[in-house]
Amino acid sequence: MLKLEDVRLFYRTRRGSVRAVDKVSFELERGETLGLVGESGCGKSSTALAIMRILPRNVDVYEGKVLLEGVNLLDLSEDEFRENIRWKRISMVFQGAMNSLNPVLKVGFQVAEPLMVHKKMDKKEAISKVKEMFKLVGLPPDFTERYPHELSGGMKQRAVIAMALIMNPEIIILDEPTSALDVSIQAQIMNLLKKLKKEFNISMIFITHDIALSSDICDKIGVMYAGQIVELGTSEKVLLTPKHPYTQKLIASVPLLRSDKIPDFIPGTPPDLVNPPKGCRFYPRCPYAKKEFEGREPPFVEVEENHFVRCWLYSDEK
Amino acid sequence: MNEELMVLEDIRTYFYVSKSLFKTLTVKAVDGVSLKISKGEIVAIVGESGSGKTTLGRTALKLVNPVSGKIIFEGVDITNLTKNLKWFRKKAQMIFQDPFTSLNPYMTVKQIIEEPLVIHGFGEKERKERIIKALKDVRLYPPEEFLPKYPHMLSGGQRQRVGIARSLVLEPSFIVADEPVSMIDASSRAEILFLMRDIQKKYNMGIMYITHDIATAKYFSDNIAIMYAGKIVEYGPSYTILKSPFHPYTVALIEAVPDPDPQNRFRFRKVIPGEPPNPINPPSGCRFHPRCPYSDGKRCVKEEPQLRDFNNRKVACHYAENFLKK
Repeated sequence: MLKLEDVRLFYRTRRGSVRAVDKVSFELERGETLGLVGESGCGKSSTALAIMRILPRNVDVYEGKVLLEGVNLLDLSEDEFRENIRWKRISMVFQGAMNSLNPVLKVGFQVAEPLMVHKKMDKKEAISKVKEMFKLVGLPPDFTERYPHELSGGMKQRAVIAMALIMNPEIIILDEPTSALDVSIQAQIMNLLKKLKKEFNISMIFITHDIALSSDICDKIGVMYAGQIVELGTSEKVLLTPKHPYTQKLIASVPLLRSDKIPDFIPGTPPDLVNPPKGCRFYPRCPYAKKEFEGREPPFVEVEENHFVRCWLYSDEK
Repeated sequence: MNEELMVLEDIRTYFYVSKSLFKTLTVKAVDGVSLKISKGEIVAIVGESGSGKTTLGRTALKLVNPVSGKIIFEGVDITNLTKNLKWFRKKAQMIFQDPFTSLNPYMTVKQIIEEPLVIHGFGEKERKERIIKALKDVRLYPPEEFLPKYPHMLSGGQRQRVGIARSLVLEPSFIVADEPVSMIDASSRAEILFLMRDIQKKYNMGIMYITHDIATAKYFSDNIAIMYAGKIVEYGPSYTILKSPFHPYTVALIEAVPDPDPQNRFRFRKVIPGEPPNPINPPSGCRFHPRCPYSDGKRCVKEEPQLRDFNNRKVACHYAENFLKK
């Protein structure tokens, strides 16, 4: 349904071009949830912005294909994209969106706004739709009359999710939807997302830095490192039999509550994306790095069905 | 070992918010907490936002004054000391949460780490030695190379190490570490925590580790205190608490943390309803009762449970016995 092919998004800075997203490809089926997992600065949020075409002014390179049911969204004009795609077919819950609600407008109005703008509904009709949506996300319908400061963090997050759902999009991108919340509230929101996924057969892209949390909702996981997807596969394959050394280390660094395994860590820091290492970007930190891999771009190998790894270790061509 | 370093007795720290000319609200951030931290011991204070964990840490360092209770440090009651605190300031240090804002961007690593030494009047030669030693302790090699650097030239993990080095340079015996790894990438968290653990062992320090993340507390602390709405609801050895939690809130907190298991997506997580209470107006009786699945609606609403010894720990729940058979 949604297919990314070699998407690149570079930002222009004084120091040079930042390769935030570099040849990212994946597919998302209807009703499926794909997790984009990685550490800060790995390009996971930039990938979301590239899909939504919400780009800052300093874009240097923006190319590749974002295919929504076969149509390349990059070919559409900004007007066409805004009219037909953004928020109508693909919507997004931004990181920290709950703190970006307009403090002087009632929450109900803010959620209803897209209905009034895009669907030309009158205010009364729009608000009544919002009330239905509020019920769905677990908010009392009369909360439409409240202002953001009258809502707690978890409630605001529910309102923001309602906002993303209000136009009945086919795809919803969630960028760290729970990272600003307390753990007990985080679990409530995750349950809500699971319910929505099940009842509406909606496709989701779930962006998180927390690989344990991605297990809570994702059918497929793409692990990102330094602007690239280094491993992509079903949750079972990525979490239980990770192949890429980075994924293996990332999973090993999760402190587990229910086992006595001591968490591991990865020495060093992710590379500077203005000047990433030639070839494999994980090479300088990789415990399995061999001299012969140095400076050579690793292929995206299909190690088993639907399980891809960007690593020389699994390639036949050496 | 087992020498008492920091003793907090029935600490209450309140803040006052003026609503209007005549009306002032009281925020009971910490409301009756007693805690001991010995030399060479790490105590984790685990709680959600608004539970009072940071205020407790700041109170222990006398950065805010409690309205009642006692703070005893190395046997000296410092609760009401306002002058002559310099010796305490030298021995008790803090590590901050955010390595991006807690270092002055206009100062070099050398200046940042040197500042406490200048304030406490160390000579130039000793300053230099101590800075190098602190940088070695936090494993920033080679130390000389880091001295002229500015914070923006360092990664998040390196910055946090500079923050730790700054707190170590006066050779303190007690450190409050307020969420030291929450802003650091997951793959480096364990590295920083192990580093702190090594340093703590080497110098036999006491650490109060404040965190919202019960999973890191498991690996990093000897004892855990679970805080909820300004009170400790469960306290005991980390391993015991995590293996067999008794307070329903602790149970829920552990339940809320997923392990990376792909089966998770097929089941709903057990959650506690509602949100943490407003510390201005906490619920009557047991503060957890409005969210507690086991509340009896009578005693739990009326009578505040005391923190009592129970099954190798302390727990503040009227019905802890009921959970014994598990």
